[in-house]
Amino acid sequence: MKKLTSLLGAGALALGASLASARAAETVKVGVLHSLSGTMAISETSLRDVLLFTFDEINAKGGVLGKKIEPVVVDGASNWPLFAEKAKQLLEQDKVAVTFGCWTSVSRKSVLPVFEKNNGLLFYPVQYEGEEESQNVCYTAEAVNQQATPAVDYYLKEGKKKFYLLGSDYVYPQTTNLVLLEYLLSKGVPLANIGGGFRKDGSGKIISAGKYTPFGHTDYQQIVAEIKQFAASGDACVISTLNGDTNVPFFKEYAASGLTAETCPVVSFSISEDEFRGLPADKLVGQLGCWTYFQSINSPANKKFVADFQAWLKKSTVPGIVKEGRVTCSPMVLSYVGVYLWKAAVEKAGSFDVDQVRAAWKSGLSFEGPGGKVTTQKNMHLTKNVYIGETKADGQFKILSSFNGVYGEPWLKGKFK
Amino acid sequence: MATARLRLSEPLAITAAAVLFLGVFPFLHAQGVISTFTLGVWGKYLCYALLAISVDLLWGYTGLLSLGQALFFTLGGYMHGMYLMRMIGDLGQYKKPIPDFLVFLGWERLPAFWEPFASFPFAVAMVFAVPGVVAFLFGYLAFRSRIKGVYFSILTQALTYAASIMFFRNNLLLGGNNGFTDFKFILGHRLADPATARALYAASALALLLAFLFCRWLSRTKFGLVQQAIRDGENRVLFSGYATAHFKLFIFVVAAWIAAIGGALYTPQVGIINPSEMQADKSLEAVVWVAVGGRGTLLGPIVGAIGINALKSWATRAYPDLWLIILGTLFILVVLFLPGGIVSLPARLKALWQRFRSPRLPDPAPPAAAESASAKP
Repeated sequence: MKKLTSLLGAGALALGASLASARAAETVKVGVLHSLSGTMAISETSLRDVLLFTFDEINAKGGVLGKKIEPVVVDGASNWPLFAEKAKQLLEQDKVAVTFGCWTSVSRKSVLPVFEKNNGLLFYPVQYEGEEESQNVCYTAEAVNQQATPAVDYYLKEGKKKFYLLGSDYVYPQTTNLVLLEYLLSKGVPLANIGGGFRKDGSGKIISAGKYTPFGHTDYQQIVAEIKQFAASGDACVISTLNGDTNVPFFKEYAASGLTAETCPVVSFSISEDEFRGLPADKLVGQLGCWTYFQSINSPANKKFVADFQAWLKKSTVPGIVKEGRVTCSPMVLSYVGVYLWKAAVEKAGSFDVDQVRAAWKSGLSFEGPGGKVTTQKNMHLTKNVYIGETKADGQFKILSSFNGVYGEPWLKGKFK
Repeated sequence: MATARLRLSEPLAITAAAVLFLGVFPFLHAQGVISTFTLGVWGKYLCYALLAISVDLLWGYTGLLSLGQALFFTLGGYMHGMYLMRMIGDLGQYKKPIPDFLVFLGWERLPAFWEPFASFPFAVAMVFAVPGVVAFLFGYLAFRSRIKGVYFSILTQALTYAASIMFFRNNLLLGGNNGFTDFKFILGHRLADPATARALYAASALALLLAFLFCRWLSRTKFGLVQQAIRDGENRVLFSGYATAHFKLFIFVVAAWIAAIGGALYTPQVGIINPSEMQADKSLEAVVWVAVGGRGTLLGPIVGAIGINALKSWATRAYPDLWLIILGTLFILVVLFLPGGIVSLPARLKALWQRFRSPRLPDPAPPAAAESASAKP
């Protein structure tokens, strides 16, 4: 049996390799590494869809350097060791020119050594904690200063004086809140006006700021009561880095306690249009979001993107693809923009070679995307526009404020003094 | 006569498999015939096979359905992972002498309990000590209270769930949700080197072979017979004067160790260990491998773990949208038509063949593998 399996495996590999070499001349292989099953599938499948749409759009116009993009879609299955295995497979067996993928920080951390060892290139599209600058990752994602600090600026302008920090217990919220703590102090907000609590090390240095709940936490009664007390003065707001389905019990409890967007608004960094497939939008009306793209952006480029994507979905033959009620959101647009920036870098370099593509990226390429102009930076991140939006009952956002051309900065700890 | 031939051929088959996995595959890799990717993936399957054997030792041989075996696997992985984290030295993202996630959490000095993990022997000792102590304490309490059957299964599931919540917390200083990644060296060798990958693969194959031989030996000793008697009728064994709780406790700790060895070898080969490995579904997966491969046999769990994971590796690439359906269909087919698992297939076919050749004879004796596998849990 073992022999048989290995023989079959070897046979399949050999067959795959011979097929690949026959088609290599006119196509370029591109990896798509997202979770299509498991807990992250609800978010990541949308990114697979938009990537396939983008490849079709580019292929229809002649491809990249005259070669058609041949996507190699694999399923990371929300399983982090499997992500590493699939990354190895894409780089070492399929020899993809570039990979678009990952959502969670842990999946990125899992594949990072693989990309560094094989000198591959990963495009990472989802807001993250920063503190990383790999030469093998193009971070199209929002850095903390492209989401959290602009949101604070907006609140300060609105006259808010007290800030409550709340998040799920993992690296992104922990880091974001530490950066926010420094940022708030630098803006003259006293420590007493920052809610959620602090944890200090032996020397009295704050090593963690804010209130944290585990994944899947459901009981927010006590925390909401604490927020209500904190917000009694009327000039408070909440900065939430709660992730996934814990938002449902939190916002239900929040609404039930009588707190509203008028008395104490909540800005959430992990809730985009796509998340409202699983969230009750009516419980969040008036609450804020902050991203580098909203579907409601009123520009010809965005309208065309949304319409083309919807039209593509209607015709799509991908098994199991959801065709009805689809929206666009920031991680999807940053995936889309990433493909075009990679194309621009390849064309500038005149080659698919990773080192040359990276050099082209670092030279500063621009692309007019659905969210406005984006420009690549030397530190592998992106300069882009930031928007603050207010949730509407239909799960869309009304744009309240925008910041143009915000530079993506991954290293923020200790920056604001 | 058939049994005599089987007795002779079994050591031969084991030797052949050992030569193939321990000698031929690493040799072919050194020659460049097998890629480092393929060898690494097979190393991972072998670690899963160790986990499956540990499940079967409890479920198939002692009648204890543990739904928390991945906990011990992950604990072993964490203990070895702590050593690997120390070996990164100052080559992490922050170029500091302590692991990245501690810098991340604002620590400037290494917490005291991390200190001794720079020593490989200490880490290896912990690979046995920590899962062993957890298994001993849990087993002692459970078996002394005569917790059996489905209640035991539920408790093991709760144990691993509680542990995963604990490990997800950043306060535990074991990396929280991200766990440990970005390993660079083991015993002074670069993990990225093909030779290191080969050595780790060979170590996994050797560990699996030794675990297999140990279980094979154990199941034939008097201890093993008592163990199987507990599975088939615990009260009778108890009334015959055996302290069944002691037997069960011993086997529970041994199974935890086998799982922990698998986890310790798994961590450097996949390059990450984090709390999602001890979530409830992982332990259930291991039980499925055993059921599909063939419960109550020693070959079954190995075949199940390797077969299902190889299928998963292949299908997540070839049919990323449909692979869950493929796997699900396979499970249903095996449960419906092969209750003894994949390893009972040859005996089944043989029985069918005999019936086909001499249709007038009464039903042949049930196949050997199905016999032991159909025992009540």
